[in-house]
Amino acid sequence: MRLSMIVATVAGVALLITGLSMPWLKIPLILSFCYGMAALGIGVLLRAGQISFGHAMYACISGYVVAYLSSHFRGLDGALLIILGTLASIAVGMLVGAFVVRYREIFFGMLNLAISMVLFTVLGKFYAYTGGTDGLRVQRPTLFGFELGRTEFESALLVLAVILSLAVIWGVQRYFRSSAGEALAAIKTNETRLEYLGVSAKLLLWQGYVLSAGLCGLAGSLFGLSQGLVTPEMGYWLRSGEFVFIAILGGSGHAVGAFVGALLYEFLKMYAAALVSGAWQMILGVTLIVIIYFLPKGLVGLLSERRKALRGDA
Amino acid sequence: MSKDILILALLDGVSYAGLLFLVALGLTFIFGVVRILNVAHGSLYACGGYAAATLGLWLGGGSLGVSLAALIGSSIVVGIVLGTLLMLLLRRFQDRDPILQLLVTFGAFMIFEDLQRMIWGTQPYFVADVVNQMGTSEVLGVIYMNYQLLFVPGAALGVYALLQWFLNRTLMGRQIVAVTHDREVATAMGINAKRIAYLTFVVGAMLGALGGALASPTTSLVPGIGADMIVLSFAVVATAGLGQISGALITALLIGLSRSFCVYLYPELEVVMPYVIMVLVLLVRPQGLFTVAQARRI
Amino acid sequence: MSALLKTEGLTLAFGGLVVANGIDFELHEGERLAVIGQNGAGKTTFINICTGLLRPSAGRVEFDGVDITGKSPRHIVRRGMARSFQLPQLFLDHSVRQCLELAGMARQSRMPWWRSLASSADAREVDRVLELVNLRARQHEPASNLPEGQRKLLDVAMSLMLEPRLLIMDEPTSGVSSEEKHGVMEIVMGALEEKKVTAIFVEHDVDIVRRYATRVAAWISGGIAADGSPDTVLADANVRREVLGE
Repeated sequence: MRLSMIVATVAGVALLITGLSMPWLKIPLILSFCYGMAALGIGVLLRAGQISFGHAMYACISGYVVAYLSSHFRGLDGALLIILGTLASIAVGMLVGAFVVRYREIFFGMLNLAISMVLFTVLGKFYAYTGGTDGLRVQRPTLFGFELGRTEFESALLVLAVILSLAVIWGVQRYFRSSAGEALAAIKTNETRLEYLGVSAKLLLWQGYVLSAGLCGLAGSLFGLSQGLVTPEMGYWLRSGEFVFIAILGGSGHAVGAFVGALLYEFLKMYAAALVSGAWQMILGVTLIVIIYFLPKGLVGLLSERRKALRGDA
Repeated sequence: MSKDILILALLDGVSYAGLLFLVALGLTFIFGVVRILNVAHGSLYACGGYAAATLGLWLGGGSLGVSLAALIGSSIVVGIVLGTLLMLLLRRFQDRDPILQLLVTFGAFMIFEDLQRMIWGTQPYFVADVVNQMGTSEVLGVIYMNYQLLFVPGAALGVYALLQWFLNRTLMGRQIVAVTHDREVATAMGINAKRIAYLTFVVGAMLGALGGALASPTTSLVPGIGADMIVLSFAVVATAGLGQISGALITALLIGLSRSFCVYLYPELEVVMPYVIMVLVLLVRPQGLFTVAQARRI
Repeated sequence: MSALLKTEGLTLAFGGLVVANGIDFELHEGERLAVIGQNGAGKTTFINICTGLLRPSAGRVEFDGVDITGKSPRHIVRRGMARSFQLPQLFLDHSVRQCLELAGMARQSRMPWWRSLASSADAREVDRVLELVNLRARQHEPASNLPEGQRKLLDVAMSLMLEPRLLIMDEPTSGVSSEEKHGVMEIVMGALEEKKVTAIFVEHDVDIVRRYATRVAAWISGGIAADGSPDTVLADANVRREVLGE
């Protein structure tokens, strides 16, 4: 763990320096870190063997909270906005989680998808509150008390993104190795056994779910601040799919995997768009298929350990 | 609510349900037989629509028969081409985890989205000749386009009846049903499961494309309709229960009617309704309204 | 001495099929009860009802004086009744040691987010149990590496970490090779003795029953046909005919 944190920190600092010295990379880097956090949220659930196809809703919720507050409460600092946005996602996650953790596998995925689509469609329709499909602007706030111009603001966000990402990697990795985190992983392999040890798998999964909602929420707040605009698209199922894609791409051996996946994804997108404009989706699609084809062990290990257990070993 | 509005809402709902059902049918049929949730089904809808519109433009303003032939012909072609491609792709991932298969179809969807944009561009397509060619009818004082009123629901019911006949009365159909129930046993009895899978994919794909083709005269074709339609038809399918064909007919009606009534009563809820229904049903009966087997639930 | 486990009129019927026929039963602390019977006679049903997997249609189950009828497995485990399974239920992705550590944390009813599993668990207790079941040498290997006999031991060990008053074992030696059977049973019974755990075990192997049980209950058609010392029950004519097939 020590070694990987050191490597991650070095990489993070390197990326930070790169971004600051090549300004056109700032936004893509910030986006990568956002995607990384969200994908890590998915990764937490993957650890329990579940996949949510609706987690973009948590990024969306926090983004909209940030946008709304930034316009209506102009004095609020950006740091506070991020906290409030993330808390909003956590609150919704706690509520939705209470229902959703009763389900497993495809039903879990479907229910999350359905709930996220309700949110998406509501956001698109209630123009008066949400700006409809145009979305809401995010007024640039002060950051830690400093009034910043556009470029400085972006640089500051990049620094913040790197710091938050490293903190998140460290924290989530600790969680993975903790009793709760290992027990969460046991849900994937043998939930029945957990029940027969007197442990509530539902409670464990709920905790993991709330954490994952918080991670997606954090991503959404940062995203909103960096883009200056939030739209319902932030909560669309395609976005949730991207999160899953990146989580799978990065692998789940270590929390840093989500960020590796996100960086790969974002830069692949950038270069694909540059090389063959209008075909980046196609290139990403091909990449996804190729990755799935050639990394069977890792991906299977991610998902249905339970199936293996039921088939061969148990 | 005035009588006119009520009638309009009912007819609208039934017509829309017909379209929903056709698209959902392909999705649920494929899942029922090969147990794959095909995200790329949205692309079939979109490409079916675009192809029908393009063919309609080429054959421009001919007779009704020509227009209809264009709709059906384009669906068949799109269905076979894309269905075969998907089948060839998925065959490589045959024994993998279903989630991985789903992600593969998601990748395919992304590929098709760009292909579609490359072929047809981003400008909206709207080819509505066939609607005009079919004329209008008056129902209890309300003027209605025959296309939406009669043809679309009729086509949906017709396809449903045809599929049921095929599955129950033909040898190949019954083989499909056998594979649906138990692939291993069916194979052990000598049924070529591979061929069945292929056939299922092509039929399902054609149905998706047909949905798009039939929708194309009534809606503007733009990039992104595939994504919208796949999640909407998924709502229909999941609410009925994955693999439930007759159930999908009912939930398509449920969702179609609730949507159309919303349009007239609470317009803001129009797009929200299908997903609210999906959430409510899944919370109470995660296996869907019509699936008998118990869902995996703790 | 009051009973540790008691059932009164325990009945379960699925439509016309009666799988538990008004069973009255008592188990006292320190007993080693072997449950025998043909497949379908209702032994597993009885166990499943006692451990909370099934609800009876009528009757009640009392554990340590407390009514546990219809309570969830989780609730019952917390009361002190543990169970091991015919197909060992392990955490195959985790190491042998981690399986026990998780069981230990479950016993403590704590699942902290912060400290690692290894440092939160009671290492001495885990070491002791590993010693008891002879798995110390393989403690860091993934549970999936273990052969069947040792999986059974791990399953029992995980239950032992819960420090139960009563351990119910469903066919502890099934699937274990004949050479290993006695070895496994010897270790299990030794561990139970050491930890002062009362035991019920479902068994088909008569030798095992004769050797390790202090009491035998024979199930026939959803009810207890004979109940007493091993010699008595195993000599019973009914039992010999219906259960042992002699």
